Amino acid sequence: MEWIKLLGILIVIIGFALKKDSILIIMLAAIVTAFTGGLGVKGLLETLGSSFVANRSMVIFILIMLVTGTLERNGLKESAAKLIGKLKNASSGAVIGAYGVMRGIFAAFNVSFGGVAGFVRPIIMPMAIGAVEAKGHEPNEEHVEQLKGMASGMENVAWFFCQVLFVGGAGGLLVQSTLEPLGYKVELLDLAKVEIPIALFCVTVAIIYYYLKDKRLRKKYYGDTK
Amino acid sequence: MGFFTSADFTIGQKILEVLYIIMGLMAIYTGVKNARDEENPSRLGTAVFWCAMGVVIGFGRWIPPMANGILIVIMTLPAIFKKVKIGKVDAPNTEYTKAMSDKLNMKIFIPALSIGVFAIIFALQPNYGALVGVGVGVFVAVVLLIIFNKDNKPKVFLQDSERLLSTVGPLSMLPMLLASLGAIFTAGGVGDVIAEMVGKVIPKGNVTVGIIVFAVGMAVFTMIMGNAFAAITVMTVGIGAPFVLAYGADPVVIGMLALTCGYCGTLCTPMAANFNIVPVAMLDMKDRMGVIKNQVVLAGIFLVFQICYMIIFK
Repeated sequence: MEWIKLLGILIVIIGFALKKDSILIIMLAAIVTAFTGGLGVKGLLETLGSSFVANRSMVIFILIMLVTGTLERNGLKESAAKLIGKLKNASSGAVIGAYGVMRGIFAAFNVSFGGVAGFVRPIIMPMAIGAVEAKGHEPNEEHVEQLKGMASGMENVAWFFCQVLFVGGAGGLLVQSTLEPLGYKVELLDLAKVEIPIALFCVTVAIIYYYLKDKRLRKKYYGDTK
Repeated sequence: MGFFTSADFTIGQKILEVLYIIMGLMAIYTGVKNARDEENPSRLGTAVFWCAMGVVIGFGRWIPPMANGILIVIMTLPAIFKKVKIGKVDAPNTEYTKAMSDKLNMKIFIPALSIGVFAIIFALQPNYGALVGVGVGVFVAVVLLIIFNKDNKPKVFLQDSERLLSTVGPLSMLPMLLASLGAIFTAGGVGDVIAEMVGKVIPKGNVTVGIIVFAVGMAVFTMIMGNAFAAITVMTVGIGAPFVLAYGADPVVIGMLALTCGYCGTLCTPMAANFNIVPVAMLDMKDRMGVIKNQVVLAGIFLVFQICYMIIFK
């Protein structure tokens, strides 16, 4: 009857897959595991309490928020738009690539400009479409659709793989506190360092992939060979 | 008070504890502000959530584990019953942010980047650590913003952080709750059961096979669950520790890259709606899978690269 202990894990997998309330799933899985694993009510509350306090490092984002909102108020997003706006005579693919570089560098410092809603839609997409028009072409609908997909993809790739470079980010903190009860002590700086080659590789490959894909599409729709 | 005068703790640990008290007070401020906010549709639930959280964060060290556990259960109740709401939002208007950007221009990036810079500087100092650096960086950023613009009064920072905290809401607690769940899984012996079951299928002691199963498993589980953070607690306890780390592999490389292997799964799944489906709507795309289709090839390449990296540098 050992397998009954896995009930908690099953709850997590099914619960998340069915899009149930995340906090409800976690609490339910915690309660069920506490009973199947023989911790009982007392063990559950004590483990919950002590591990939460031990993992408080993960709430460091609250402290960071002390400036994030005020940076926004003082024009961070607008200045970022000016920065990327300095890019002239670039193809759509190059615009997306340049955004990937900028997004990645700032992600490593845990600075965000508002994602797809706040930055890609109002700033990157008009630049990418403007690049097609600058060459004297009427933007093709299917090309624009693909550009939107690529810009969102660049956004995701740069954010996911570069944010782990921020020492004190949620990803590293979660890995650190997952390993600790298992008996492995790791430092946040080392966790960030080990991701440097991964981040460089992933962002570079994504930039090349999107650049080539855009080039192919431009040739297909506009006969543009440059 | 004994903690702060004790010689058993480093200066870094003491500063960090002060930072926790500040963060706890910020959470409590969020609770109190919403309790008094007539525009908030659920004042009581919102206040209970943020205040309970603030107490555990700020003062948890001095509270017995049992009482902390009870406070956390109390905290999750309004979240589960959807009683944590946003009150009056005092967002900056675009004319103001535009004018500020024209005034400060690229200078705004100095405080923006200072947090990351100080995190690295302090991570290199023994006795301090990255999180103290984050605290110092935040302090420097606050000072710079006050120097740059006289409108940035202490109250502005507090109000802006309350606005952001209320916007992210209870889901911001997800990583912490998942980490606690991981601890409960470990305490309940879940890892041992999985290890025994998986051990019947894959050979024990073959670290390379273990790494491949762990990495691919992370990606697949993340695709099913839509969340790499949820997947990593389960997978590390069940597969990573018993099949890879137990044989002496480097926990830094294996533990951390498993997370980014999970991100490869995130790139491929509509379950991660925030990243893959919401943008489709926001950009008025025709194909619901339009973002994912532009990521699948990359995700495959990234996963293979990371598996090779893990095998080489284990």
